[in-house]
Amino acid sequence: MALPIMAVLVFFLVLPIIMIVTVSFWQATEFSIIPAFDLENYEFLFGSNVTYRVFFNTFKYAFITWVFTLSIGFTVAYFLAFHIRSLTWQIALFLLCTIPFWTSNIIRMISWIPFLGRNGIANSTLISWGVIEEPLDWLLFSDFAVILAFVHLYTLFMVVPIFNTMMRIDKSLIEAARDAGASGAQILWNVIIPLTKPGIMIGTIFVVTLVMGDFITVRFMSGSRSANVGRLISNDIALLAYPSASATAVVLLLTVLIVIGLMLRFVDIRKEL
Amino acid sequence: MEPRSTSFYVLSAFFALFVLFLYGPTITIAILSFQGPGGGLTFPMQGTSLHWFRNLFEQQAVGDIWGSFSRSFVLGLMVMVSTVVLSVMGGLAFRKRFKGSSILFYLIITSLVIPSILISLGVGLIFSQSGLNVHWSTSGFGAQLTWTLPFGLLIMFAVFNRFDKSYEEAAHDLGATSWQTLRHVVLPIIGPSLIGVALFGFTLSYDEFARTLLTSGSYNTLPLEIFGMTTNVTTPVLYALGTLTTVFSLLMIGLFLCLALWSARRKARAGSDAGKGML
Repeated sequence: MALPIMAVLVFFLVLPIIMIVTVSFWQATEFSIIPAFDLENYEFLFGSNVTYRVFFNTFKYAFITWVFTLSIGFTVAYFLAFHIRSLTWQIALFLLCTIPFWTSNIIRMISWIPFLGRNGIANSTLISWGVIEEPLDWLLFSDFAVILAFVHLYTLFMVVPIFNTMMRIDKSLIEAARDAGASGAQILWNVIIPLTKPGIMIGTIFVVTLVMGDFITVRFMSGSRSANVGRLISNDIALLAYPSASATAVVLLLTVLIVIGLMLRFVDIRKEL
Repeated sequence: MEPRSTSFYVLSAFFALFVLFLYGPTITIAILSFQGPGGGLTFPMQGTSLHWFRNLFEQQAVGDIWGSFSRSFVLGLMVMVSTVVLSVMGGLAFRKRFKGSSILFYLIITSLVIPSILISLGVGLIFSQSGLNVHWSTSGFGAQLTWTLPFGLLIMFAVFNRFDKSYEEAAHDLGATSWQTLRHVVLPIIGPSLIGVALFGFTLSYDEFARTLLTSGSYNTLPLEIFGMTTNVTTPVLYALGTLTTVFSLLMIGLFLCLALWSARRKARAGSDAGKGML
């Protein structure tokens, strides 16, 4: 029964990874790639300052996005799970939060243009309020726009698993805490947050891997002014420099897997479904 | 019921802002796509018109939108059917431990967390090095499955974790074959969740960008076409297209949700009446 799925994953996941690892040792000329066993791509990668800057940028995006998606996602999930009393309303509002996940990311990025542009809604509103005199240039095509788009696209990945774990918390535990004299903040800190940790970890894995592997949001929202590792790879691909793209991809994959490996120590995914 | 606390109202306001944040930009471009013929990419509106929507139907103006739409639609259906079938089979298999089950489980997690561009690059390299042509219906199809299958399987895991095995045992005791049990007992019970898997399969494929980038060959899918437009189209026709495909996505989501609701109701109505008789 599991054979077909295994076949798909072997052919479209395992073989591509093996291929990338192999090609990362190959050499490239201007118009073709030649099989070889050469560490040149890695030497170049680790010898370049750009690499370290770009990796730092990638972690920076991941960390800032994580902070925002976690705080917003947790608050939303908490509201849905503990303040909405009827199940029907919980499901309806939950669906309202998840519907954008099933629509196009590209279009959701494009839709920030009229908002953040030089003559956009944000600038004209701020000017009409007298907060600023000149339009702000850093709203669109900047790190700010990149992180805004990440938060916009990926907060759902926090809301869903956190809400899921919160819904499984036995309500009598909260009542017991209240009967024992705990304040609202104490209940949140000592009961709800510890019990929600698995959901937080799953959401974190989603957000961190999506942000670290991204190349299109950074390219589009920074107007090609900022770079992360994904963009480094896609630039090499555009130049047909597949061996060097592969070497970068291998390092990125290892980085992501190490990060995930660390996180999986704190949660057993199979138990949480 | 106890009265609402202050924090309820604060959190409600927060939630409302969050929903506005989620939907506001999309609504903005929906409004701007009705921009008059002389209008630009931002407010103010220069009158209202259907000019930009009409533009979409002129082949030369914006490239091969309808071709890419039909490719994306067909590909979405292919991925949807395969995701449902493979996920159910996988879900059934995973109820028992089998040889390689934990390897397969880790492969599924890897498939979910691997940066999409690696799949694109790797599949593209395999096809080009073995002399095959990349095409959306072969390499593109497989690359997208690596994104939809993990979602489908995780949903199936969640479903089977809550599945009461005594129904199957009862069917076997009454002499049903394995196939009959699957067809008449297991599938009707898990039916509504399969609609959820189908929803993920279709929409994730329909909107997928990164994994199709290097694997779709010379015929673009719709997201690739739209992304291409962002670099050279600077008129609201981009918004008109965005609005149309978002409306299409919303219609599909609505359709799936209605189907799920309908099948859940039907299950409730046609289900067992055990324990409800006169006792």
